[in-house]
Amino acid sequence: MTKAAKHSWSARAGATIAGLAALLAGSAALAAAGYADPGQMGMQESVTPIAREIRALHDGVLMPIITIITLFVAALLAYVIVKFNDKANPTPSRTTHHTGLEVAWTVIPVLILVVIAVPSFRLLTRQISVPASDLTVKVTGRQWYWSYDYPKTEQAAAFGFDSLMKADNELKPGDIRLLSVDNEAVVPVGKTVKLLVTSSDVIHSFTIPSFGVRIDAVPGRMNESWFRAEKEGLYYGQCSKICGKDHAYMPIAFRVVSEQKYAEWVAAHKKKADAAKAQSADASAAR
Amino acid sequence: MATTAAAHHEAHAHPTGLRRYLFSTNHKDIGTLYIWFAIFAGVVGGLMSVAMRMELANPGIGVFPWVSQMLAGDGSIDAAKNMYNVFITAHGVIMIFFMVMPALIGGFGNWFVPIMIGAPDMAFPRMNNISFWLLPAAFSLLVLSMFVEGSPGMQGFGGGWVFYPPFSSNTGAPGPSMDFIILALHVAGASSILGAINFITTIFNMRAPGMTLHKMPLFAWSVLVTAFLLVLSLPVLAGAITMLLTDRNFGTTFFDPAGGGDPILFQHLFWFFGHPEVYILILPGFGLISHIISTFSRKPIFGYLGMAYAMVAIGFVGFVVWAHHMYTVGLSLNTQRYFVFATMVIAVPTGVKIFSWIATMWGGSISFRAPMVWAIGFIFLFTVGGVTGVVLANAGVDRALHETYYVVAHFHYTMSLGAVFSIFAGFYYWFPKMSGYMYNEAMAKAHFWVMFIGINLTFFPQHFLGLAGMPRRYIDYPDAYALWNYWSSIGSYLSAFSVLIFLYIVADAFMKKRVAGDNPWGVGATTLEWTLPSPPPFHQFETLPRITGSNH
Repeated sequence: MTKAAKHSWSARAGATIAGLAALLAGSAALAAAGYADPGQMGMQESVTPIAREIRALHDGVLMPIITIITLFVAALLAYVIVKFNDKANPTPSRTTHHTGLEVAWTVIPVLILVVIAVPSFRLLTRQISVPASDLTVKVTGRQWYWSYDYPKTEQAAAFGFDSLMKADNELKPGDIRLLSVDNEAVVPVGKTVKLLVTSSDVIHSFTIPSFGVRIDAVPGRMNESWFRAEKEGLYYGQCSKICGKDHAYMPIAFRVVSEQKYAEWVAAHKKKADAAKAQSADASAAR
Repeated sequence: MATTAAAHHEAHAHPTGLRRYLFSTNHKDIGTLYIWFAIFAGVVGGLMSVAMRMELANPGIGVFPWVSQMLAGDGSIDAAKNMYNVFITAHGVIMIFFMVMPALIGGFGNWFVPIMIGAPDMAFPRMNNISFWLLPAAFSLLVLSMFVEGSPGMQGFGGGWVFYPPFSSNTGAPGPSMDFIILALHVAGASSILGAINFITTIFNMRAPGMTLHKMPLFAWSVLVTAFLLVLSLPVLAGAITMLLTDRNFGTTFFDPAGGGDPILFQHLFWFFGHPEVYILILPGFGLISHIISTFSRKPIFGYLGMAYAMVAIGFVGFVVWAHHMYTVGLSLNTQRYFVFATMVIAVPTGVKIFSWIATMWGGSISFRAPMVWAIGFIFLFTVGGVTGVVLANAGVDRALHETYYVVAHFHYTMSLGAVFSIFAGFYYWFPKMSGYMYNEAMAKAHFWVMFIGINLTFFPQHFLGLAGMPRRYIDYPDAYALWNYWSSIGSYLSAFSVLIFLYIVADAFMKKRVAGDNPWGVGATTLEWTLPSPPPFHQFETLPRITGSNH
């Protein structure tokens, strides 16, 4: 049976009502940092300019437009059902053409699409054009974990490490099942981070919803993306391209810290990573 | 042609049993075989989806160790994880290639395209036979793939119905399972290409005198457009999977970067087929919904030519939007801009169709018989699926939603609720014609309501899961996603129950044998099939009908 706690029916119903109430009240206020809230119905908290812009386009433009269109079609259907059923309207009309209407329902959707296209193309351009970056992190997807490599800087030599999901029996209080990892990647707050993403085996996809980043890790390719996290915290993502049996078990965790803490982490991690690397080299040699 | 048909008629005794079905060259018998096959495959694929929803009802892994124990003899957690992926793969392939396509194109298309255009049969009756009988062979190969090794030490291939290499090549799945799937798709693809050639030839050459293309019923139009999409897109899939096959077995490196190949090339080739494929699944539904709306509104179809050419436009534009499935693979900015633009264009002809259906009902005298209820449900659900498609068309927003449950919700609203509702609408519309019997109409409406509620409960909450970031193809998820997964699973149980109602309705109709009559739907039903007895004679139109005037 499942490892999860069994929820009682009433608790579930209560949570559902709370979720629906949150939808009515605007669930944005409830969103926690870095991962989804129980019963969340909207997007996760945005901490980068791109994620904010994605959210503004979705919540502010697309969502209202598609809701109105759907309600409009539903209202039209309800109207014809009430007004033109065989009891209310025994003699059908024979109208099969109305040029004005036909032009209208071609042109108006085009205009709506133009309204969507303007902010959409602006967002797309900003996503894809990587600005001058302060730091580059290389991300390698592997079956079934992620490796992160940090470049050589004035303070430290290049270093890298693997990041694996914590198994259920390794979870500490405050950890999140299926999301917490042994080694988090750390980046400084307010800095533009360029990501170089590739894979060593099959295709994976690197995703952090709060950063508005999703880019496939493809063997033989070096894809790039970028983010500038504006709030300290721990942000999670999950592999988004099916890659085998443990596809659901290779989360991504990025910790955004102050510049000073970042420098300390680089110094400390370099030593740790060197040690780990030596160890794994021994292990693979032994294998 | 009429005289030849008449002269031969006496020689055609009515074959029975094996001779009637295994050796059949009769479009109606072959259509019936397709429909039975689609029902069977639909039940198999549906059971798989229920197993997956049972697994996802609660966080953790609970159901698939049992499933894996049963199918692979290995109840370990690792085997369970792999078996889940095998199920998502098989569910997709079965529902697309062995349920929706056989039902709409092979089933209804075979049955009603010749009748609607006033032809005695399909142009190539023997080819029609092999088109059908290749399908059970393909299905067997697919089922076999689940029982041989895929990834090392694992049974079956679990890479999703898109088969992206290197996971589908020797890197990810060196075992023979993927080879079985490739062969299954080759055989199913050959079946569809042969069927498509048959439909194109039939529609171009065998229309009754006076039946010009612009007088042809919209269902025949929809199958014609679909057949062209099949003929133009399936060979590309065949090429792609053949390249994959040689990569796997003969040392080529089309998709292997180590030998100068590119895994993304496969994705381009796959989606050059895959995107037209989704229109292949829905276009015949568009066609038959038009007839149902017109019949029960007792009004001719509004904007007939616009409707026909909207389908042609959708088919055409459907070929130039494929990379909107690939926004995250690392396409250049200009490439993504183009595909956003082209994808949004498709919303326009689709909107024309939705509004023309409503305009057909407008001013009509609507009787809410079972097929009409299903058709109205289709219009609403397809609208919901369509507008979320507009959201996903924007590459910038797709960055947040790609490979999440939002996409799962979107394509199930267009396919599982759109295409499947059109299949049920068509089934209840034409069942009296095909069998000669009337089904229990109250039950058919009950079937509608249970399925409508069940399937909305299944897929609507998946929008929330997707927005909140839950990736698709996951056997387990962080506990935050538990709530909506639970309700989604409840919905799937309800939908599964509605399928039982459907099977009961069919059994009941054949047992009770309520005679339907030539035209149970009244004056609104104007296409040629309603001028024939129910069921139609073994060979119809031995004297070709003459089409005069215009319904439109």
